[in-house]
Order: sequence, then C-alpha cells, then structure tokens
Amino acid sequence: MPESQPAIHLESVSRHYHMGESTIRAVDDVSLSVQPGEFLALLGSSGSGKSTLLNLIAGLDRPTSGAVIANGQDLSKMSSLELARYRRQTVGMVFQSFNLLPRMTLEENVELPLRLAEVDRSERAARVREALGRVGLDKRVGHRPSELSGGEQQRTAIARALVNRPKILLADEPTGNLDSTTGESILALLREIQKNPGMTVVMVTHERALAERFADRLAVMGDGKLLSNGAAR
Amino acid sequence: MKFRDLSDLAFRNLREAVLRNSLTTLGVAVGVASLVAMLSLGVGLQQLAISRLSKSGLFDSIFVTPKTNLRGPGAGPPATRAPAAKSRPLDEGARAEISRLPNVIEVYPQIRFFTEVRFDGKPFATFVAGMPESSKASGAFDGMAGNFFSSSNADEAILQVEFAKELNPQTSSLIGKDLVLRYAERQSLPSASADPAQGSGGFSVVPKEKHLRIIGVVETEPASGFGGFGSGRLLIPLSVAETLRAAQVNDLRDILRDSSGDKPSYASLTVRMKNPSLVEAAEAKIKDLGFSAFSLLDASKSLRIFFSVFDLLLGIFGSLALAVATLGIINTLVMAILERRREIGVLKALGAADGDVQQLFFVEAGVMGLFGGILGTFLGWLIGRTLTLGTNIYLHRQNLPGVDISSVPWWLVLGGIGFAIFVSLIAGLYPASRAARLDPVQALRYE
Repeated sequence: MPESQPAIHLESVSRHYHMGESTIRAVDDVSLSVQPGEFLALLGSSGSGKSTLLNLIAGLDRPTSGAVIANGQDLSKMSSLELARYRRQTVGMVFQSFNLLPRMTLEENVELPLRLAEVDRSERAARVREALGRVGLDKRVGHRPSELSGGEQQRTAIARALVNRPKILLADEPTGNLDSTTGESILALLREIQKNPGMTVVMVTHERALAERFADRLAVMGDGKLLSNGAAR
Repeated sequence: MKFRDLSDLAFRNLREAVLRNSLTTLGVAVGVASLVAMLSLGVGLQQLAISRLSKSGLFDSIFVTPKTNLRGPGAGPPATRAPAAKSRPLDEGARAEISRLPNVIEVYPQIRFFTEVRFDGKPFATFVAGMPESSKASGAFDGMAGNFFSSSNADEAILQVEFAKELNPQTSSLIGKDLVLRYAERQSLPSASADPAQGSGGFSVVPKEKHLRIIGVVETEPASGFGGFGSGRLLIPLSVAETLRAAQVNDLRDILRDSSGDKPSYASLTVRMKNPSLVEAAEAKIKDLGFSAFSLLDASKSLRIFFSVFDLLLGIFGSLALAVATLGIINTLVMAILERRREIGVLKALGAADGDVQQLFFVEAGVMGLFGGILGTFLGWLIGRTLTLGTNIYLHRQNLPGVDISSVPWWLVLGGIGFAIFVSLIAGLYPASRAARLDPVQALRYE
C-alpha cells in the first residue's frame, strides 16, 4: 500500500433509516479520510450519527449510498462473508459497555477472536498472554469480567480487539462508562498502542477535552453531517 | 470456526442455562424412549414369534407325500390322467434317498394309529402318535409335567393332558404308572400266486399289546408332523412306533396298489432342513425325485410383512412423543436467541460470519439431540426390560415359561440416537437461521 493512500476513506457516505413514512438521515453525505497511523476523534452530541459512521467503518452496517474504503477495499461491495473476514482480520472494536462475555474468563474472552479466525490452538495461549500483557492484565487471566473494575474490563476489551493484530482500531465511547481518571488511563493506553505497534485509531466520544489531549485530529458531526474536520494540534 | 471450537462454545452455552437445556434434553429423551420402547417390543415380539415358529419345525420342514395322493389337488378325473405315469411309492428307499439330500437333518414318517389303552383294568380309546427326537426342541414340551423320553427307543409314553384326565383327574399321579397299549399289527401274507406280477398277497391285521410306562403329561397337543397332521393324545418315541408296525390308514390303499407287503409305504414324510432358507431348494429337489412336497415358507413371509407393518405403526405412535420434543427444542433455542442477542452481536462484531452463528446454534441443537438420544435409548431399553419382567412375573404366576418380549438390537440403539440427532437438527434449522440473520448493530444496542 503506497504511503499516500489513506487507511480509511469515506466518499459521500450516507446511511438512511426508514421509520414508517419518515426517513432518518443518520449519516448524510460524509466524506472523510484517515491516514495510516493517525488517531482520529469523532465528536458530536448524541444522535449526531458518529456511532453509525463508526459501524459503517467497522463493516457492521452498510451505507445507503457512497463508498467506504478501508485498507484499500470497498466495504460496500463486499459480501457478508467478506465483511466478516474484514471485521476479523482488519479491524478491532472497543465498546462503551465493554461487551465482554460474562461467562468467560479474561483469557477466554480474549481468545474468542482467535477462535473465529481459526488460529492454531498451539499459538493461541501465547497470543492471548501477549495481548493481555500489552494492557497490563497478564496476572488476572483466570478471572471473570464481573470480578474486575470497569477500567480493567475495558483493558480486557482492548486486548481482545488487539489479539488478531488488526490495522485499524475502532473505539465507540471507550470512556463513557468510566470515571475520568480511569478514562484518561484508557486513552493513554490507546495512544500508546497507536504509536507502538502502530495502528490507525478512530474513536467516537463526546468528551472534547479528552479528545483534544489524546487525538491527532478532531472531526465533529451534527445531524448526520460532518461539521468540521480540522487538526487537534 | 473450527468444529472443536464450535462444540466447545456450544457446550459452554448449554451448561449456562443448565436447567432449561436439561429439561429440553429430557423431552427428547422421553420421545426417543417411547420410540425405542415401542420398536423394541415390536422387534422382541417378532423374534419371539419367529423363534417359536422355527422351533416348532413349521418353517424348516417340508411335507412330502406320494405324487398320486387321492386327496391331493390337481389329480383330476381319472380319464385325464396319464395312464403310464405310475407314482413312486414313498417307501424306505425313498426315505433314504431324501435323507441323503444336502442340508437335511432328518426325515421321519408320521405314524399315527388308533389304539385302545388299558389302564387300571378299564379300556380307553385314543390315537397314538410317534414323536421324533427333534420334537423335544420344538417348544411343545416346554413346561410339561414329568420328563421327555429317556431315549429314542424307550418303552415310554407321554400323555396329552385331556386324555390323561380321562385316565385319572389327578394327572400328576399318573407319572410312573404303566399302561397297556392294544393295537392292530400289520402282518404281510405270502402271495397267493407265485407270480410277483400279481402283486402283493395283502396283509392280515393282528391285535397286539405293548406295555408302556407313563413318564410325562403335556398341556399342548404336539404335532409330530406338519401342522396338525399326526397329532395324537398318547405320544411314544417315533422309533418305538415304527417297530410296532401298526396298521395305518394308508395301508388299505397300499393293498390296491403294487407295494410289497414287507415294505410298507409312508403316507407322508416330514423333512427337516438345517434352516428355513434351505427349504425352497430342497423342496424343488424332492419334487424332482417324483414326490409331492410343500412347505409353509410363504406363511413365514406373510408373518414378516405383518411385523413390518406392526413395527411401522408402533414407530409412528412412538414418534409422536418425539414430535412434541422437537417443539421443545425449537422453543428452547428461540428463547436462547432472545437471551443471547447481545452475545450474538458481539460475536459478529468480532468477525463471526452468519454461518458461524448458525452452526453454533445447530451444534447446540445437535448436542441436545445426542444426549437426549443416548438417555432416551437407555430409558427405552429399561422400559422394554420392565415390561418383560412384568410379563414374566405374570407368566410365572400362571406356571408358564418366561419369554423375552423386548429386544434392543444394535441397529435400534444407533438408529434411536441417530434419529434423535436428526430430529434435533431439523428443530434447530429455524432458530439457527434466525440467529444468523440477526443485525449486529441492533443486537449490540439490545440491553
């Protein structure tokens, strides 16, 4: 991939929902590029369409019109099987509510993407420990999510997002359920991961102060449209 | 996802809602149990009937008669009969020839004659039948009072219970007592003319007596030959009956024909084969030798058809419970989808394809089917054993020998488990495809 090609490129992307008679324009004609290794924060009030946009980049949803090009591939032209492979191999996702499976231990939660990607059993344990070590939780592998604090759960979710070594990390309000100190440490962790091993990060948040401190660039959304697309620093 | 990981996750999910999944599995087990119990009864009764019938000698026997049987069908009016075709007598030579055919166990005549029994100074009229040694295994003597003949030429008699009651209402007291058999012995006469072409000189009938010891009383009226032929109420060993040379019904007919007085011919012979499958070929060979032959093989075929239909009906009734269990599986899995919406969303977000989610639910249904099938087959076997036990307690009280009315052969075990898995997978089709179609964005939003 040439250096100039963006990691993520959105070309006039729209996502409309139909609710009875009316049409909701969740994302309306958004064009945006994210460079490889860039940390982009998507800001906006609730209902501004930022989460929908993130889902489109994640391949969880398809645009009504426009093109979503990630890692050189147009997601809107992919079959659902290809989209699943893209989610497995190219992106990692972190959610506001962590979304760890409560019945599984940390180790098993982090192993889940490896199972889906059919990684050899012999390789898995080492990769799980490596990912948990990256977020500083390698001592607590046998615990269940309910035995951890919110911050630790989010770290586990980050480890799970990293374990398949994706090129793009997508985070949907990763600090939304955390107190400010913990939230800061999570963002510091994301920032660290973005630098080493080197990853493109797109984070949806409504906390402008945090975004300004940690992101390379801020994009602001309102009513489904991209309002500003400037640099943070 | 690899199958090992899939089944791993499926087991984990099943363990989570352990009560609900156990109840569903139990539902499958009850369904399979009713199916297996019904079929095991069908199979058991069929085996019982067939083993009884083959022991009775009906299906491995061929009934041989001389070709010109006056009573036989197809003889036609005398004018249409070919005059030259003189039928072969069914005599000692013919018996030896048939005995030499391959796979023949034994060939024996039916000997049955009228007698007057003297017991306690009083006369009693009845028929004597000669019993071949093999009749002991036919099952007809199971549960008799006393013993079977000590040897094939012992001067012993077994009484049929109705006749025994005529002698003494306390039939058990008869055993060990002696009786005198009065019968008509056939003695050949020298030919009146020296020319053998004139035929036999006929025979005279001389009253004779034979002392016999009563050694047993039997409830049934065992057939010494084919079907009801040759049955009698006073049974003696066949060899003993043969040495008596008692005049029989067919002797009168023989006189008019050319048979020698020294060599009595048999009215019929019974040929026992090693097993029923050999009957057809042997029957054809005996016909080639110039005799009439027939067997009851066709009856055994109809019996098998009857049991196939019987099994089918039992299977349909047994399947009804399994149909109810199928609804249980569908319900459990649909509930599981609602409960695990968020989990399905997470799996999809982590890169699970629709097919992975579908297979996961499919495997869960299959695992419930597998366990339900194993448990159900065991329960079905247990029900069959219990019914057999109950039947045998009842039979025992009636002083009847025990029987095995249920049977679970290997094909039924594997079939029961296989069918349970198959039905469960069918039940899992709809829930699995519904789970696979779940929109991940909505599923993740679901609280």
